[in-house]
Amino acid sequence: MAESENIVAETAEKIFSHLADAQTINNDKKGSWKAPLWQALTDAGLPLSWVAEDCGGSGASLAEGFSVLSAAGRFAIAVPLAETMLAGWLLSQAKIPSPDGAMTVAPASPKDRITLNPDGTLSGRARGVPFAKDSKHIAVLAGGAGSLSIALADAANCRIEAGLNLAGDGSDTVTLTNVQPIAIKPAPKGFDQNTLMLMGAVARSLQIAGSLEAMLEVSVRYSNERVAFEKKISKFQAVQHNLAKLAGESAAALAAATSAADAIANSKSFDDEIFLEAVSAKVRCSEAAEKGAAIAHQVHGAIGFTIEHILHRYTLRALAWRDDFGSESYWAVELGKMVAARGADELWPLVASR
Amino acid sequence: MTAALRFDPIRLPPECEKLRKEVRAFLADEVAAGTFDPHKPNREDTDAPEFSRRVGARGWLGMTWPRKYGGHERSFLERYVVTEEMRVANAPTRRFFVADRQSGPVLLKYAPEHIKMDILPRICRGEVCFAIGMSEPNSGSDLFAAKTKATRTDGGWLINGTKIWTSSAHIADYMIAIFRTSPPTKENRRHGLTQFLVDMKTPGIKVNPIGQITGQFEFNEVVFTDAFMPDDHVLGEIDGAWKQATSELAYERSGPERFLETYYVLTELVRAVGSKPDTRSAEGIGRLVAQLHTMRRMSVSVAGMLQAGKEPVVEASIVKDIGTVWEQQLPHRVRDLAAFVDPDASNHETLENQLSFAIKTAPKLTIQGGTTEVLRGIIARGLGLR
Repeated sequence: MAESENIVAETAEKIFSHLADAQTINNDKKGSWKAPLWQALTDAGLPLSWVAEDCGGSGASLAEGFSVLSAAGRFAIAVPLAETMLAGWLLSQAKIPSPDGAMTVAPASPKDRITLNPDGTLSGRARGVPFAKDSKHIAVLAGGAGSLSIALADAANCRIEAGLNLAGDGSDTVTLTNVQPIAIKPAPKGFDQNTLMLMGAVARSLQIAGSLEAMLEVSVRYSNERVAFEKKISKFQAVQHNLAKLAGESAAALAAATSAADAIANSKSFDDEIFLEAVSAKVRCSEAAEKGAAIAHQVHGAIGFTIEHILHRYTLRALAWRDDFGSESYWAVELGKMVAARGADELWPLVASR
Repeated sequence: MTAALRFDPIRLPPECEKLRKEVRAFLADEVAAGTFDPHKPNREDTDAPEFSRRVGARGWLGMTWPRKYGGHERSFLERYVVTEEMRVANAPTRRFFVADRQSGPVLLKYAPEHIKMDILPRICRGEVCFAIGMSEPNSGSDLFAAKTKATRTDGGWLINGTKIWTSSAHIADYMIAIFRTSPPTKENRRHGLTQFLVDMKTPGIKVNPIGQITGQFEFNEVVFTDAFMPDDHVLGEIDGAWKQATSELAYERSGPERFLETYYVLTELVRAVGSKPDTRSAEGIGRLVAQLHTMRRMSVSVAGMLQAGKEPVVEASIVKDIGTVWEQQLPHRVRDLAAFVDPDASNHETLENQLSFAIKTAPKLTIQGGTTEVLRGIIARGLGLR
């Protein structure tokens, strides 16, 4: 990690540990932690990390922004930070300045399409859009006659049906009916819906990997405190081996997600190798979320299944994040198709390309 | 919890890509010349002395060692590239692999100068084969229960006892073994073992091959009866072998050989499925490739940390744990998918033969070189649980 990445990530960590402590948030049924946290993040310029200074952002590098997302995962942050970062990044692809306030992106699933109508308005439906209800603006990727456009829309002009993901965070259905965008420009050459989905998938992968680090930490701590059969449960070999497996899943997720982030940060285009990196991250992190969350709950026993305990903040979010920007089974099919199309003898050269 | 786990995104430097091309071209030539068939991992005899010499002549053995001993002073990442290309091609590496990975580095660290000057250049030339004498009939994972005894005699030691499951002992020129030089102490049951360099031609050593469930004879029982070891064959501290064992494990446990052992069935499955897979095949292949890619990124990351002079012992144990479990499950997952492949596919028989061999190979992968249980114990210690 470069020095500057450390500074940006440290700033984020500091804000999270002051204003987004899992226990405090878990005790606060009214959500009064949200506004001060968002204000602090905004003051530090983090939601618009990936927006250049002349477009209203803080002009951080891709790598710096990715390290913020890892930290956000470690704290299971439930405000539209990742979403606003992605929206700012998407708008920046077309040099559209980012407005203040929370944003999200649409579509957020590979299967949904938004259309640019001949009259310049936008129509279509996007499901599972994270935090749409909490956003002032939506960055939209829309398809027209043979070309793609990037647009900024006022959330107030869209119909938003509220939904919740597994963790109780907003996951809404956004319907646009002849919505006049605030700004719209052509997407750069080579930028397609897969590009947006892969970027979103890597963001979620980093968040999942971060949440797994946290699951490992709270599970190890709990096993060193809890006594059963007259000894700490951490002394039982069965528990030790379960935690070792959790460490393995956490490590795999971390390696896959940071590798994909690093690959994107150091590449000009989304080629086959970036596709392998990003898809592998989403697939492997999602698999790790399933296995890791199961172990973390097993180690905690009944207490971890209560709403009072903080464990669910990490486990349910990690499981929910699997669904955004294409699930692991969706992406596995896409990767399998790509590998088959390249042919058996091109598989190893692809895997060993970096 | 102790320090957080680290898997920095290490990329192979540009010099590795040139090297990779050279290795691929070399292996293609060897295949063309009939040295080995990359589609047949289940060959009868995996020992290929001439191939071993040619690999040495290319400068691909002892790659990271000092030139003074015949080495090439290249990086761990370059060695990594050679190792993974050999493994993926199913090249017959048996004769040189252990010497290059493990025994050479032990000699570099602990052998007297004249022995280093004698043996290391021969390893680099691909001329000598090494075995590792750790397990005994009643001491496998519990390494420090070893009983094979080294007794003081004039100018050296007399060895009596039995090593077992010793891979390649039947073709090995040397073995690096641990023998009991003192009884364990009350305070430290690991005390009293010493590492020795064993010349396999020494009178009093008998090697008895043991058949494996794959039909191969790779491992052996090695019986020592008053076998004489000269004093200069002691490696490191007398009674202190346990101090020497642990720091080298990271090299042994995190390499590409820890997840690529059954890789060939995946390539063959992709070939059998063809260019337009159905959804089930596509998803199955996609997941396996994503898992493989992740394993490799973890393994390359550990290699990068080793190159940077770190000792990522816990990370390396994690790589071996999940890597060997993965390569063990791989043939079974491929078998699931192969049930839907066109039985008239031109490579169907090859795939069936490979699966049969890989499924028989699979059980050993989580046992050899440190069992899953031992690895998870090491990881648990790293997590602060014991």
